Amino acid sequence: MDRTIRSIIRISTFITFSTLFFIIGYILIKGIPSLDLSLFQLEYTTENVSLFPAMVTTLMLIALTLIIATPIGIFTAFYLVEYAKKDSKIVEAIRIATETLSGIPSIVYGLFGMLFFVIRLNFKYSLLAGALTVGIMVLPLIIRTAEEALLSVDNSLREASFGLGAGKLRTIFRIVLPVAMPGILSGVILSIGRIVGETAALMFTLGTATKIPEGLFSSGRTLALHMYVLSTEGLNVNESYATGVILLLVVLIVNGLSTLLSNKLAKGNEDE
Amino acid sequence: MKSKSMESIMKTIFFISATVSIIAIVLICIFIFAGGVPFIAEYGLKDFLLGREWQPSDTPASFGILPMIMGSIYVTIGAIILGVPIGILTATYLAKFCNHKVYRFLKPCINLMAGIPSIVYGFFALVVLVPIIRDIFGGTGMNIITASILLGIMILPTIVNISESAIRAVPQSYYEGSIALGASHERAIISVVLPAARSGILSSVILGIGRAIGETMAVILVAGNQARMPAGLTKGVRTLTTNIVMEMAYAADEHRQALIATATVLFVFILIINGTFLIIKRRANNG
Repeated sequence: MDRTIRSIIRISTFITFSTLFFIIGYILIKGIPSLDLSLFQLEYTTENVSLFPAMVTTLMLIALTLIIATPIGIFTAFYLVEYAKKDSKIVEAIRIATETLSGIPSIVYGLFGMLFFVIRLNFKYSLLAGALTVGIMVLPLIIRTAEEALLSVDNSLREASFGLGAGKLRTIFRIVLPVAMPGILSGVILSIGRIVGETAALMFTLGTATKIPEGLFSSGRTLALHMYVLSTEGLNVNESYATGVILLLVVLIVNGLSTLLSNKLAKGNEDE
Repeated sequence: MKSKSMESIMKTIFFISATVSIIAIVLICIFIFAGGVPFIAEYGLKDFLLGREWQPSDTPASFGILPMIMGSIYVTIGAIILGVPIGILTATYLAKFCNHKVYRFLKPCINLMAGIPSIVYGFFALVVLVPIIRDIFGGTGMNIITASILLGIMILPTIVNISESAIRAVPQSYYEGSIALGASHERAIISVVLPAARSGILSSVILGIGRAIGETMAVILVAGNQARMPAGLTKGVRTLTTNIVMEMAYAADEHRQALIATATVLFVFILIINGTFLIIKRRANNG
């Protein structure tokens, strides 16, 4: 009986992780040979199917989204941890809002972005509309990780700083923020992963133009969108693999970094 | 004096930032409902939800989304049947059976699994799963089974992570008590620890359902996308999410409104699922 239980648990675990490794291995093995220099030409044409413009667009989108969402997320965490009373109505409302936001499917974000940013505010399919939409999407993630990081900072540090005559603001920026930084960064890095992998929310906000956006109000396509368009067309399977490899590498790096940083935060707290 | 005013200015800025997520959720509700409700009111809620025909190009066009609702429900149930047992057992292994070294390796793997973009999952299913299913069951290989397997894989990280913390949150005394009564390690975990963690495990399943119903870009590649009532496990289906993406690009007027109304229905489903999750979580915290 015990043996059976143990083997069922082992088999399930094996299924979970072998699926993961099989997916990663399969895409990498099939995809790496497809990484051809012609895929990195500056201009996209139907012949070279270059993914370079999509890479640049992805980077632009990441930068713009983080510029918008990171300060808002961190400031929200400041408010929740350092200022607000723990059981006030507004804190409750913020919690319900962020938890609801994190459960909304990306296609609903996409339609909202289309209806609000693209049509109502008349941004058209653009980098800005895409970044604002995805910015709202990653906000709960940034808020939660920043909040956890701030909460993990020992209160004696704050009290020591107040005791030396520093104001609240100075204490937050000079004392609390540096200690909480690794945790906050790990959340920001995880949101990079989310932005890179996002498709449904961007299709009707960023659009799917094949060129590099010329400005905030110009359309483009990210790597994930590029891969989606290629997969539905079904003509350029090798290029889909190649795009998949790059997406996977980004996700591997992003997750590795975020794990390192949060371990660092945990260790830093143990040392004290 | 100057730093005093700085303090209050920054405090106001922090407060305004904190309200952004509330404003965002309110705006999303307003736009998704205002975009869909007028159409539903005009077309008739019953005809829209229970209509079996989706023929946007006929005259008069029919916009019944029952096929898509059923499609979403079928693939979600399939994903739950496949993903939940494996996910819970994996979580049990991570929480109670593996040593620290193995855990330090496997835990980031689960997070990695959560981080893989859905388009990569979808593409993998398209090039690997679809041919296998086609060989076994015939047809195109794009059907409920394929979509269920794919979604079952995709909800694993959600189930594993949340179930694992639920299992870890069970007081050690439960386990020790049952060991003291003569139960084996396995027996204590299966009959005492897991039942004690059930509300957390249940919330992992609910979040998994939310994830499966909301998934779009992966499902669209492997579900077949036929807008008709599901005709069997080996036949293609269209879900609520894919209905929107498939047709939004070229839809106009009434058709477009019908698609936004589809999103409204999806959004209501998600709000119900999230609400249930929050209630269970709150009850678990208080109890």
